[in-house]
Amino acid sequence: MAKLRVELGLDRPDDVYDMLMKTFDGLTEDQSELLMAKLILVLTNHIGDPQVLAEALTIAREGVDGGTWAKRSFRTVAPTPVRKEVA
Amino acid sequence: MNQETHPQHPYVPAEEQRASTRRRHPVVICGAGPVGLTTAVGLARQGIPVVLLEKDHTYSIGSRAICWAERTLDIWNRLGCVQPILERSVTWSIGRVYYQAQEVYNFDLKPSADHKHPPFRNLQQYEVEAILYRASQESGKVDVRWGHQITGVRQESEGVVLSVQTPGGTYELEARYVVAADGAQSGVRQSMGLEFEGAVFESPFLIADIRMKADFPSERFFWFDPSFHPGRSALLHKQANNLWRIDLQLEPGADPDEERRPERVAPRIRAMVGEDTAFDVVWSSVYTFKCRRLASFWHGRVFFAGDAAHQLSPFGARGGNCAVQDADNLVWKLGLVLKGLASDSIFASYNEERIFGSDFDIMTAMRSNHFIAPQTRVRQAFRDAVLALSQKWSFVRPLVNSGRMSNPVPLLSSSLNTPDTDEFTQAMRPGMPSPNIGLDATQGGSSRWLHDELGKGFSALYFAQSVGDIPAKELEALAELANAPIPIQTRVVVAGSETRGVKLPSGVTPLVDTQGILARLCDARPGTFYLIRPDCYVVARWRQFDAQRVRRALDRATGGKVGDAQAKVETNHG
Repeated sequence: MAKLRVELGLDRPDDVYDMLMKTFDGLTEDQSELLMAKLILVLTNHIGDPQVLAEALTIAREGVDGGTWAKRSFRTVAPTPVRKEVA
Repeated sequence: MNQETHPQHPYVPAEEQRASTRRRHPVVICGAGPVGLTTAVGLARQGIPVVLLEKDHTYSIGSRAICWAERTLDIWNRLGCVQPILERSVTWSIGRVYYQAQEVYNFDLKPSADHKHPPFRNLQQYEVEAILYRASQESGKVDVRWGHQITGVRQESEGVVLSVQTPGGTYELEARYVVAADGAQSGVRQSMGLEFEGAVFESPFLIADIRMKADFPSERFFWFDPSFHPGRSALLHKQANNLWRIDLQLEPGADPDEERRPERVAPRIRAMVGEDTAFDVVWSSVYTFKCRRLASFWHGRVFFAGDAAHQLSPFGARGGNCAVQDADNLVWKLGLVLKGLASDSIFASYNEERIFGSDFDIMTAMRSNHFIAPQTRVRQAFRDAVLALSQKWSFVRPLVNSGRMSNPVPLLSSSLNTPDTDEFTQAMRPGMPSPNIGLDATQGGSSRWLHDELGKGFSALYFAQSVGDIPAKELEALAELANAPIPIQTRVVVAGSETRGVKLPSGVTPLVDTQGILARLCDARPGTFYLIRPDCYVVARWRQFDAQRVRRALDRATGGKVGDAQAKVETNHG
């Protein structure tokens, strides 16, 4: 059962969007990237529930690379299969 | 080379080599490292003679595996060789992780008085090998052949023919089973044309043993971006005899041969330990993270164990501890098959359980690798974000990953387990390794430990109000189980010590649990019955003893009845 809120949760969407954007004002690309990562970590901790997070990640990933993203299970304890990958 | 730590074991021609006749051995092990020697001692204790071939003449060069986990100490305890390891090793429990100058995360793997062994002890690998080698020789069952190198492996229907090269020429010997414990560069693996699958990272690391008299505490230190090694990571960890492990991340693309040179190594270490501390570099090497394994650890009559089967990156002590768990898993299964008490089908469980175990270790090590040495821009950004936040915000600190220390992997989905049908708490469910807890807790320890009562084959814990409560018919059934081809030794666990006057059949002995420690661990009530494997994993448990169910669980835990899977085995390997 879906747990992520997918109806609008913001009272004043434009204000919130603006607040989000202004946080990045005056930053370089590298600094912006660091800020995004920090923000995601802070919000991830606030969400806590891995199922909500998994649903959010799935929505975010949708369409980013033309739909090659298969629906994955976000396992936390079971071993993942070893794949041939040379980083 | 230091003669004390690295005695030269001379090449001695084998008897069959001199006689020019091919002999057949029950088991030949390749490699005298921790896994080969643990396997040898484990088989010797079951009365099985072992030939162990080692291409070198001494123990490992460099400290290599240094942190030995509680589970590994428990295994060596069962094999009777943990005492010298405890005496020689150094103790530690605290790990500290720094980002720049600030401590951002720590953990404390405190020894517990309830457990015989602490979570970790540090001892350099060559010292462990020397101790295990002595144990193998004291057994009188292990023929270690130094300077004997495998050059060919040929599987025939009745056995494996090994070609061996020695300073005195080549010879062949035959084995019913071969254990390839000959390390990451395994000659057996190469002879059989098998390749690892998995991940190799590019980021190079310098690893070194240095000898110094320093008053750094016996703790694990890890730094991200320290002032003495800007932009990279560093580790310092104590070993025995004033030896310290140092691990320094190098610049991407660093030339390993260049970085190994003493003139390059010394300044890096001086920056780390300070100008005033005198030190000697005893050993150094350059490596990259590798997390990979064979697709199968079981190929006909050949088993792969330790680094020959899987390669793990450091920073979690998983390589050595994973390897010793391979040996512990394999030896009792090999013992049963060699004695004709189980069919080869039990080896499927070696493959299943140890692939599960090593995949867990590979997954855990990979996560640490990605954090310590991010290989992509976005991984780098998130890693840096965690470290930046961790300076002020404690909620982020558990994400700081400088390596997660090895722990035994529960085998909850093993096909050897009989799933629970009765209600119990989870701590000792089938597939859990039983901890080596004290049975009569006194201040600072215990005089009796659980594993002293287990691990000499299959054992059972039968909880009762008192020994006298067990009906004669049940005692008879327990005696039958104790005298079966695969015996089950039952411990009748009682709270009181008044066990006198009750005659128990052989193979059934009382175990006094005055303080109820074992009963609490096992969530036991009178009547509760646990079946435990020779390697101290729980395989089945019930609220009531039923000999028929116990026999069925034993069958299942030993891979089915003898002979019924032979045909399947012969076709079950590539």
